[in-house]
Amino acid sequence: MIAELGHYALILALGIALIQGIMPVVGTRSNDAALIAMAAPAAIAQFAFVAVAFIALAVCYVTSDFSVLNVFENSNSQMPLIYRFSSIWGNHEGSMMLWVSILTFFGALVAVFGTNLPALLKANALAVQAWIAAAFHLFILTTSNPFLRIPNAPFEGRDLNPILQDPGLAFHPPMLYLGYVGFSIAFSFAIAALLEGRIDAAWARWVRPWVLGAWMCLTVGIAGRSYWAYYELGWGGFWFWDPVENASLMPWLAGTALLHSAVVMEKRGALKVWTILLAILTFSLSLIGTFLVRSGVLTSVHSFAVDPARGIFILAILVVFIGGALSLYAWRAPLLKQGGLFAPVSREGALVFNNLFLTTACATVLVGTLYPLALEALTGAKISVGPPFFDLTFGPLFVPLMIAMPFGPLMGWKRGDLLGAAQRLLAAAVLAALAIAATFALEFGGPVLAPFGVGVGVFVMAGAVTDIAERTLILRVPVRTSLQRAVGLPRSAWGTAAAHFGIGVTLLGIVGVTAWGSENIAAIRTGQSLDIAQYRFTLDRVFERSGPNYNDVVGQFTVRRANGELVGVMEPTRRSFPNRDTVVTEAALMTRGFSQLYSSLGDPNPDGTVAVRLYFKPLVLMIWLGAAFMFVGGGLSLSDRRLRVGAPHPARARLKTAPQAAE
Amino acid sequence: MKRFLHPLMLVIALAWSFPLYAVQPDEMLPDPGLEARARALSKELRCMVCQNESIDDSEAPLAHDLRVLVRQRLEAGDSDAQVIDFLVARYGEFVLLRPRLEWHTAALWGLPPGVLLVGIVMLIVAARRRNRAVLGGPASLSAAEEARVRQLLSDKGASTAPP
Repeated sequence: MIAELGHYALILALGIALIQGIMPVVGTRSNDAALIAMAAPAAIAQFAFVAVAFIALAVCYVTSDFSVLNVFENSNSQMPLIYRFSSIWGNHEGSMMLWVSILTFFGALVAVFGTNLPALLKANALAVQAWIAAAFHLFILTTSNPFLRIPNAPFEGRDLNPILQDPGLAFHPPMLYLGYVGFSIAFSFAIAALLEGRIDAAWARWVRPWVLGAWMCLTVGIAGRSYWAYYELGWGGFWFWDPVENASLMPWLAGTALLHSAVVMEKRGALKVWTILLAILTFSLSLIGTFLVRSGVLTSVHSFAVDPARGIFILAILVVFIGGALSLYAWRAPLLKQGGLFAPVSREGALVFNNLFLTTACATVLVGTLYPLALEALTGAKISVGPPFFDLTFGPLFVPLMIAMPFGPLMGWKRGDLLGAAQRLLAAAVLAALAIAATFALEFGGPVLAPFGVGVGVFVMAGAVTDIAERTLILRVPVRTSLQRAVGLPRSAWGTAAAHFGIGVTLLGIVGVTAWGSENIAAIRTGQSLDIAQYRFTLDRVFERSGPNYNDVVGQFTVRRANGELVGVMEPTRRSFPNRDTVVTEAALMTRGFSQLYSSLGDPNPDGTVAVRLYFKPLVLMIWLGAAFMFVGGGLSLSDRRLRVGAPHPARARLKTAPQAAE
Repeated sequence: MKRFLHPLMLVIALAWSFPLYAVQPDEMLPDPGLEARARALSKELRCMVCQNESIDDSEAPLAHDLRVLVRQRLEAGDSDAQVIDFLVARYGEFVLLRPRLEWHTAALWGLPPGVLLVGIVMLIVAARRRNRAVLGGPASLSAAEEARVRQLLSDKGASTAPP
């Protein structure tokens, strides 16, 4: 009954989405205020029905209703509650339900909180939002229905893929989706602006909070996925340039560019047309990501061709929305007035530089991800594009970006002073040089370029501190005055500094772990020891343990320093799931400052030994700590007064200064 | 019952002794220099049955076979390039995670610098156009406007009230 209720609610949501997508646009054409006013209540109602559908599915999962095919295939009554819940999005159908739930949730938020928006812009944006929602409702209902029943309900479900039974999985996909789908708001506003044929600086002010929010969620989602892979996959890799990861990285890169270009548009009225294009591209990349992950095209072009219904449907959504949006852009963008002159060396110039490199980096990831697919589809030739390609192309693009980053906030709008900015960054540069010298002097070994990576990271961090120091005039005026200035600084200034600081922190982490990480892999017996970095691991015993729906083989290690001082006990585990005939590794981690010791257990061998893998991961935690800084920075910016207080109403202002009045 | 279960589980656990990991201790070469080369090569080679995983990271049996193969070639005295050539000859270009620069991959390798260059050129052109628009602005007065400017400049003292 509950599944049918959910199914019915989803069908109704599709109906409401169609109304929400058509009526406001008709109203705009025919100047019918009643039709225009339908958009907001429709958006709220649509969300309500999708929420009912999602809750219905959640109830089926939590109560383990195995008469529902989707629940039977992906859940199991013995799983803990949290995994019975998170397995909703651990499969295709359920994750699409999460997708539309978030999409309509954002639509409802715009309807409720967008009270200061011009009525036409709001109605059109909500209509565009409804087109997207309608397409995905239809997709779910026709090809990926999670509410289908099985005639003879089985007693037990098949279980969730064990590798997904982990707290990290319960948390990161919803964050990724909040990010992906959050960019749909920017897309809808861009299309609405193109439909209206006019746009002004206030547009950027309305859209920026949504982009910021989406960007924050995406940042946390990517970092969360990376940390999950780090501890779940058993050997401590944190980034694989896997197409699924690239699918989330591309919208992040484009979204970061969009955040920065929207600042220029808001403050200076420049880069309008470019910002609109970026808004379209960012969400298009989210759609492409959904297509890549959901169509099965990644596994192989052939598996896509074998069961093409879903793939073709998403491909059609892609073509209609991306193609349509870009055509509309090509047609209407020339109507939008450009404004705001600036010298190449200026804050605007720095932000353009940022956009140039971020979009190039994004294009690099896109081509690297799609090229093998395209080549195979066109010529049949099979090639692979993997981490070595991305390291070689993506890395060099990020270096100039990082070096330029501290300069941007120190430059004035319109016409900046590069020399002045460089002088103010002198302390940061000296600090970076010292860090490079120290790294060389300490002779950690590792790649020759590594100390320079450390230098760039320190420069970015010190540059962010310099920005705040310059604004508060610290050490130049009495401390009291500095503190007053610090309190008075706009939150967005703190946000910029925190996020930029976070980039530096992440870079240090990446450099540290890739350059100086070490490993020791060996097969040992109980009682034997293995060394890694300055630590000695002794295997005390190997024992079994059983959990709710799995059995563990645990290796217990005592960890000591080289001088014999006891550090602790680590218990890497091999976890087998009888329901799925699968074994996964549960690595054990021990945090030492920003670094970690990482151990995982292999198979017990017939001769009584067991394979043990030990890793020392220097500075690895800084990778995710940096992401936390970025998240906090985004939050500070989001709480800035100018984004909370309503933007001025340009329509009214324009009436007052109409040209006739001046004559 | 419990006593009976535990050994049984150990047997089950042992039964699944397919390699779950990347590089296994028994695969590794005794010579550290050679082993380091093998690891570096492994990171460049794809496990063909996996999704974009290198044989160094992969747990599939095929990756195991390839790792052993790479080490055998190295022990036989092959150079890194010879090992790569041998694997490409055997498994095709698909095995390389870093595609070679050839005609059919020219677009792949050319795109990143290409996009950057095109972007820079477009920015320069846009900046020039903007400058010209600003500089050229005053020159584009119509004849009537110029006459009016001249008139305004000549009778400075006269009333400037709108007509």
